Amino acid sequence: MTDDTITIEVDGKPLQARKGQMLIEVTDANDIYIPRFCYHKKLTIAANCRMCLVQVEKAPKPLPACATPVMDGMKVQTRSAYARDAQKAVMEFLLINHPLDCPICDQGGECELQDLAMGYGSDVSRYQEKKRVVKDKNIGPLVQTEMTRCIHCTRCVRFGEEIAGLRELGATGRSEFMEIGTYVEKSMVSELSGNVIDVCPVGALTSKPFRFSARTWEMTQYPGIAPHDGTGSNIHFHVKHDVVKRVVPAENEAINEVWLSDRDRFSYEGLYSQDRLTVPMVKENGVWRETSWEAALDQVASRMQKPVGATASQLGALISPTATSEEAWLMQKLVRAAGSNNIDHRLHQSDFTDAAHDPAFPWLGQAIPELEQLDTVLLIGAWPRKEQPLLNLRLRKAALRGANIMVVNTIDYDFNYKISDKLISDPVTLIHDVAAVLKAVSEISGNKIESGKLLEAVVVNDKHRAIASKLAAGKKSAILAGNQFMAHTQYSTLRYLAGHIASLSASSFGYLGESANEAGCWLAGAIPHRGTGAKKIDQPGLNARSMMEQKLSTYLLFNIEPELDCANAALAMASLQNAETVIAFTPYKSASLLQVANIMLPIAIYAENEGSMINVAGQSQVYSACVPAQGEARPGWKILRVLANRLGVAASEYQSVEAVRNELNTVISSVTPDNRADWVRPEALPSVPGGILRTTEIPMNSVDTLVRRAEALQQTADVADGAVHINSNLAGKLRLNGSSKLVAQQQGSALELNYVLDNRLPDNTVLIQAAHPATSALGAWFGEITLRKL
Amino acid sequence: MQKIGQYFQSLLLWELLKGLQLTGKYLFKRKITVQYPEEKTPMSPRFRGLHALRRYPNGEERCIACKLCEAVCPAVAITIDSEQRSDGTRRTTRYDIDLTKCIFCGFCEESCPVDSIVETHVFEYHGEKKGDLLMTKQRLLENGDKYEQQIAAARASDAMYR
Repeated sequence: MTDDTITIEVDGKPLQARKGQMLIEVTDANDIYIPRFCYHKKLTIAANCRMCLVQVEKAPKPLPACATPVMDGMKVQTRSAYARDAQKAVMEFLLINHPLDCPICDQGGECELQDLAMGYGSDVSRYQEKKRVVKDKNIGPLVQTEMTRCIHCTRCVRFGEEIAGLRELGATGRSEFMEIGTYVEKSMVSELSGNVIDVCPVGALTSKPFRFSARTWEMTQYPGIAPHDGTGSNIHFHVKHDVVKRVVPAENEAINEVWLSDRDRFSYEGLYSQDRLTVPMVKENGVWRETSWEAALDQVASRMQKPVGATASQLGALISPTATSEEAWLMQKLVRAAGSNNIDHRLHQSDFTDAAHDPAFPWLGQAIPELEQLDTVLLIGAWPRKEQPLLNLRLRKAALRGANIMVVNTIDYDFNYKISDKLISDPVTLIHDVAAVLKAVSEISGNKIESGKLLEAVVVNDKHRAIASKLAAGKKSAILAGNQFMAHTQYSTLRYLAGHIASLSASSFGYLGESANEAGCWLAGAIPHRGTGAKKIDQPGLNARSMMEQKLSTYLLFNIEPELDCANAALAMASLQNAETVIAFTPYKSASLLQVANIMLPIAIYAENEGSMINVAGQSQVYSACVPAQGEARPGWKILRVLANRLGVAASEYQSVEAVRNELNTVISSVTPDNRADWVRPEALPSVPGGILRTTEIPMNSVDTLVRRAEALQQTADVADGAVHINSNLAGKLRLNGSSKLVAQQQGSALELNYVLDNRLPDNTVLIQAAHPATSALGAWFGEITLRKL
Repeated sequence: MQKIGQYFQSLLLWELLKGLQLTGKYLFKRKITVQYPEEKTPMSPRFRGLHALRRYPNGEERCIACKLCEAVCPAVAITIDSEQRSDGTRRTTRYDIDLTKCIFCGFCEESCPVDSIVETHVFEYHGEKKGDLLMTKQRLLENGDKYEQQIAAARASDAMYR
């Protein structure tokens, strides 16, 4: 027993507690329930609902358990007549203004007020006067308000301030006239706004897409994994009549705590999109025709048989990094059995040099909760706030504890915590900035690296030195690479520089992870130069980019919309158009697939699928199907396994997904992640071109096939807009005004586009978001671009 | 002595005559047999017959899709789907009662917070085809419209006990 352990007595039971703990924490830990509304274990204590009043010996009044620190020898009664009277009185006050509309309230059945009113409410109201009515607010497409139901617990306000870092909701007025709202009517823009639905103890804030579609007691809860970023958040599907009605977070302290990003919460709507593919389809003479699985698989097998042998290298496969590890593994097995190593999942990557020093998989560099402990963080090409919202929460906690968070980016992104230093420049100068930081770190730490002439010409200024000195001084520091880092055309140069900054400053080097199962795809061997379990392959195949450049004859696409998912969409579409055979395993009849594919096989995804995913921290998580696949769609592993049988691939008689997983796990479980390597030194840093440069991001709600079809999310601001983002200086130079359009020309293709003023950008850089059909014809994500006014 | 008395009583069919005395009494009393279907028994206002969905006087359906009746139904005879109607209110898109499952316990009526689902005094109905006894929302509303006066009267007469 340590010194700060004390003993208190609750309801006659002696309990151990730590000094300074609040009474309610102790009782919660010991399964003694005290009613509460405003108290939430992840939020600060407000003590404004007064529901948790308890009797404390020698105290002159009942005390709120959530705000009463424990003291040695304290004697507490939570159910004495005195405490009960106090709790019942509070309940009576709360019910004065609460409407009796439980029958039409979505919270009905899971409402904390409803539950507690059963225990503490009185049968008859003594209140005769008029009830308070509050006008509802429109706060965007995700959260529905019924403000009359609000009991002013301020959990949502505290959530915004403390967790999401955006003061979106607040309280105006006092007592009877207090109202929760946004003050000026506006949409909630936080990427975590959906969590206010969970924290709200009553039905004041409910889910808009779910509204009135089911009642809580009708639904069955199934566990699942969110498939939109590398975090691998744990979720619960709520299913009624084999339809996913909503998604709520599942608690997992090691990953998502109790929160969930909006993208993970509302993407389920995409499952029921109008363009779901439900039967296998084949294109004959340019006309799509529905067919049976037998016939479709026969066709696939006969078309895949062709490239085997001398022309095996004419077969290429692209798999989405949201596929399960089992699917990735079977896919690579199929492709490799056909004699080709052309398989890749790195659709967004454009630089594949120095592949020999790729890590076993891009790893976070630490466990997720360890991000909170960091004291210095350098983010490069990253906007975790929208890209990995839940990792950003951890970084935010670190920042609030006083950590220095520094960024090197091409866009001056808005972070919801203090950024101590930032360098914003065009994509090429960005490399020079990172190089300058490396040079400064090397100067400060006194450690030299074999950089040859690489860093000679690099000019170091005070900003670089400031970042370098903080990194060198940091006790627990990390360099974290974001999505833009990995998609950068000079990825390997950036990796060399950033990796060396990390080693010189004794920081960890990690990737924030773009997609749900990147790690699984790497480990399963869905990459051209590595086999299962990161084994080297003597004759590496073509990577995602070269597969498109070399115009193969047969392509397999797994859950990909080439026009929106490939880094160079224009090139990808041209090569696919040109190919003899394109076999698409897809859950949707995407416009681009209808155009280029020959066969479309319907696959089950998300809640309909089963398998495992490995998150960016290397945690493997298994999930199983909770709703049947729509129509004739089948889980990807089953299709790939049947196909493997038809093609005579040895050892592919799997009876269940567990059998596949067990075999895969025997190989990959021994792999330990390590991002460090002896990277090949780049020859020289690229010189900064004089013209305008393009930079790219994929907005958070446009990242994959599923989320692009989630209706409510598509109404938010975080979707690709298909316009040219341009800062006002550059717009002035081009004499853009009002609704004028401009012509953007990149690598020979010219497009007429709208423009948006966006002053987060440097003067010589424009942002054109990827994953939008209007801009996909422009080609590569980075590079020179010319603009002129139309 | 007692035994001799019992012997003579049974010999002279005394018990039989005693029983026939009661029969004779009723032979001349007023008859209470109801000549169904020409005649009908009086009915309690709480009688639980065929279901109906009621409307408000302005024609708006009462049901708000709270699904309490569905939840309380011991025979799982009720199926409801709900959605947000274009005017923002909570409404059913489907309200089915399977009369072949229903045990006429009246729990649905009791649980309804808006007096929407009720059981009328109608008990003479039949079905000829499969599905005739599946009451859809439309048929239930039709019942409600048809018997509204009777339903309202039954409610009014029973009001003081509710």
